[in-house]
Amino acid sequence: MLPEIGQIMLILALLISALQGWMGLQGAHQNDRRAMAFADRAAILQALLCIGAFALLAHAFMISDFSVKLVTTNSHTSKPMIYKFSGTWGNHEGSMLLWVMVMALFGAAMVWFGKTLPSGLRARAIAIQGLTATGFLAFLIFTSNPFERLSPIPDNGSGLNPLLQDPGLALHPPFLYLGYVGFSVAFSFAVAALIEGRVDAMWARWVRPWVLLAWSFLTIGIVLGSVWAYYERGWGGWWFWGPVEYVSFMPWLAGTALLHSTLVAQARGSFIRWTLLLAITTFSLSLVGTFIVRSGVLTSVHAFAVDPDRGVFILGLLILSTGGALALYALRSGKIAHGANFELESREAGLVLNNVLLVISTATVFLGTFYPLVIDAMTGDKITVGPPYFEMTFGPIMAVLIVFMAVAPLIKWRSDSWRRIKKTLLIMALMAIPLTIAVAVFGNTVFGAIGVGLAIWLFAGTAANYARKLRLGEAKSTLSNLPKRFFLLPGATHGFALAHFGLAVCTIGVVAMGIWADEEVDRLKLGESISVAGYEFTLEDVVRAQGPNFISESGQVVIRRNGREVATLNPEQRMYPVERNNTTEGAMEIGALRILYAAKGEGNPEDGWVVSVYYHPLVIWIWIGAMMMAVGGFVSVADRRHAFAKRRAPVQTPQAVAAE
Amino acid sequence: MSLSRLLPAGVFVVIVVFLAIGLTRDPSVIPTEMIDREIPSFELPELREDEVMLTTSDLIGETALVNVFGSWCVACLQEHPTLMELSQAGTVRIVGVNWRDKRDDALTWLAKHGDPYSDIIFDAESDLVIEMGVTGAPETFIIDPAGRIRYKQIGPITPDVWRETIRPVLDAIAREQETNL
Repeated sequence: MLPEIGQIMLILALLISALQGWMGLQGAHQNDRRAMAFADRAAILQALLCIGAFALLAHAFMISDFSVKLVTTNSHTSKPMIYKFSGTWGNHEGSMLLWVMVMALFGAAMVWFGKTLPSGLRARAIAIQGLTATGFLAFLIFTSNPFERLSPIPDNGSGLNPLLQDPGLALHPPFLYLGYVGFSVAFSFAVAALIEGRVDAMWARWVRPWVLLAWSFLTIGIVLGSVWAYYERGWGGWWFWGPVEYVSFMPWLAGTALLHSTLVAQARGSFIRWTLLLAITTFSLSLVGTFIVRSGVLTSVHAFAVDPDRGVFILGLLILSTGGALALYALRSGKIAHGANFELESREAGLVLNNVLLVISTATVFLGTFYPLVIDAMTGDKITVGPPYFEMTFGPIMAVLIVFMAVAPLIKWRSDSWRRIKKTLLIMALMAIPLTIAVAVFGNTVFGAIGVGLAIWLFAGTAANYARKLRLGEAKSTLSNLPKRFFLLPGATHGFALAHFGLAVCTIGVVAMGIWADEEVDRLKLGESISVAGYEFTLEDVVRAQGPNFISESGQVVIRRNGREVATLNPEQRMYPVERNNTTEGAMEIGALRILYAAKGEGNPEDGWVVSVYYHPLVIWIWIGAMMMAVGGFVSVADRRHAFAKRRAPVQTPQAVAAE
Repeated sequence: MSLSRLLPAGVFVVIVVFLAIGLTRDPSVIPTEMIDREIPSFELPELREDEVMLTTSDLIGETALVNVFGSWCVACLQEHPTLMELSQAGTVRIVGVNWRDKRDDALTWLAKHGDPYSDIIFDAESDLVIEMGVTGAPETFIIDPAGRIRYKQIGPITPDVWRETIRPVLDAIAREQETNL
């Protein structure tokens, strides 16, 4: 009975979201307050229905209701409760339900936080959000029904891939979706603005917090995916250039560009058309990502459901939403005024460069993703673009980006001169260059030196700007009024510093992992050892044990450095009898400067066990840096200049209208 | 209307056309012209002994699974236990094609996870892989004793895939061989 209720809730949500779109657009067109208020309530009701449907599916998973087909194919009674729950979205249908729920939640949040917005823009944005949700609800109900029943009811489910039974993976999709779907708000606002034919600096101020929020969530999602890949794969792969990575990276890059262009739009009223276009592009890239993963156009590990019908449906959605938005852009953007002019030596020019480089890097990833498809379509040849393409093209673009991102924030808006910041640049160079040379000489690596030099350069540039904002070194500044000066700064400044410092930290991690990571593998009998980067790993014992739904064989590996014991690791190998699948659970000793990692393979006491050991310098800096960027985004959202932070009700609230 | 405003929509139309064409091509379907054709001729080193060269003739005479893998390939790990089981049981000859890999990485990977292969073709430059129309790893070809490609499996060989897809093809080849004798 409960699954049917979930089904009905989804169908109701579909109808309501369509009404939300219709009433919102009509209401805004005819300035009909009641219609607009209806759209508001529809958005909230739609969110409640989607939460209800999701809760019912989660319930079916948690009580192992095998009459639901999805539960049977993706769950098992012997699975720990937390993974029964996370199994709700560990499959195509459930993850699309999660997607739809997140989208509806963002729609409701627009109602909730959008009270200070002009009623027309607000109603149109909520309407567009509703129409996009209609498309996805239809996709869910007609091509990927999560509540489909099964008869006869099987005794038990067919389990879940043990690779997917992991806390990192349980959290990865929700954050990713908060990011992808979060960009739908910017999209809805962009389309609403195009319908209105009127955009100003205020528009950018409303959109920016949503972009920041989505971008921060997406960043966290990507970090979780990377951490998961790192410890699950177990050989130091913190990033792999594959379709799923492109899919999350494209909206991230475009979103980063959007984030910076809204900055100009908000501060100077320039770049408005460009910002609209980026808002449309960013969400469209999220849709394209869904298309790739769900249609099987490019095969990959994560391709949950390779099904051409779903591909056709999503392509249709893409044509309607992106195609519609871009057609509207072609027709209406002429009405939107150009912003103020600026000179070459200005922060605007720096941000233009930022946008150009980020768009080029997005296009690079896009080309790498779709080139095989284009070749196939034109010549019928099947080819693959591998990691070398990305390493060759992506590194240089990022290097140029970092060179300028250290400098641009130091420059004033509109017009500035190099002479003013010459001294600061000189100090930055004096910090970066000696270190670069030191790394080149002692580390014996040119690329490593350039990478470290860039990171220091970025760090110094960001620090110089932050110090100036904090008025460090000025006559009236004392240590006792530092906290006051700190708290007086707008959230956006702290967010900027955190995010840019974060990228510097991340860059150092990436470079260190690329240049100095080391590994060794050997067959070890008890008591034997291998060394890597000055650490000696000794296999002292091997023990068998029974887990909840697997059998484990774990080794005891003691690590010593210069004869002193550093840590003891217990790498495991797990056999899952139900899935007849083995996984290798490496063990690691995590330090601020390095991760020591050991994995144990097959073996026996006579011939020894295969043991691999790894030395990964600064690898957690990659994730710490990226998390700093995400936190920077959240801190910026809280900036009091954003309309988002204002909760004071304006004269014309929908509630006031409804009460008439 | 100025051209610059139409440009985004124009680019989008081109992208959609390619996506639509892409949809009509199922990457998991072997191009029909490949089925029942002999595998392309090649001469490539063996992964584990680099002085040994493997050629097309090494794949003739016995039914074999030709499995494309790489140490960088996550999904390959997923099918690995199944391949290990098949090779330990001696069910079928499994030939590896180590693709776009570094020799050391591949050997480390095999040492860690086990080595189910009778021979491993080391194809770092994608020479054979492109000829065979491989789109990604893992991918597995079923080759009959005459050296003809009979089936191509895209994605990992799970126990289900083995039971429902691979096994029946192998059985069919075995029956053909009996009737030919």
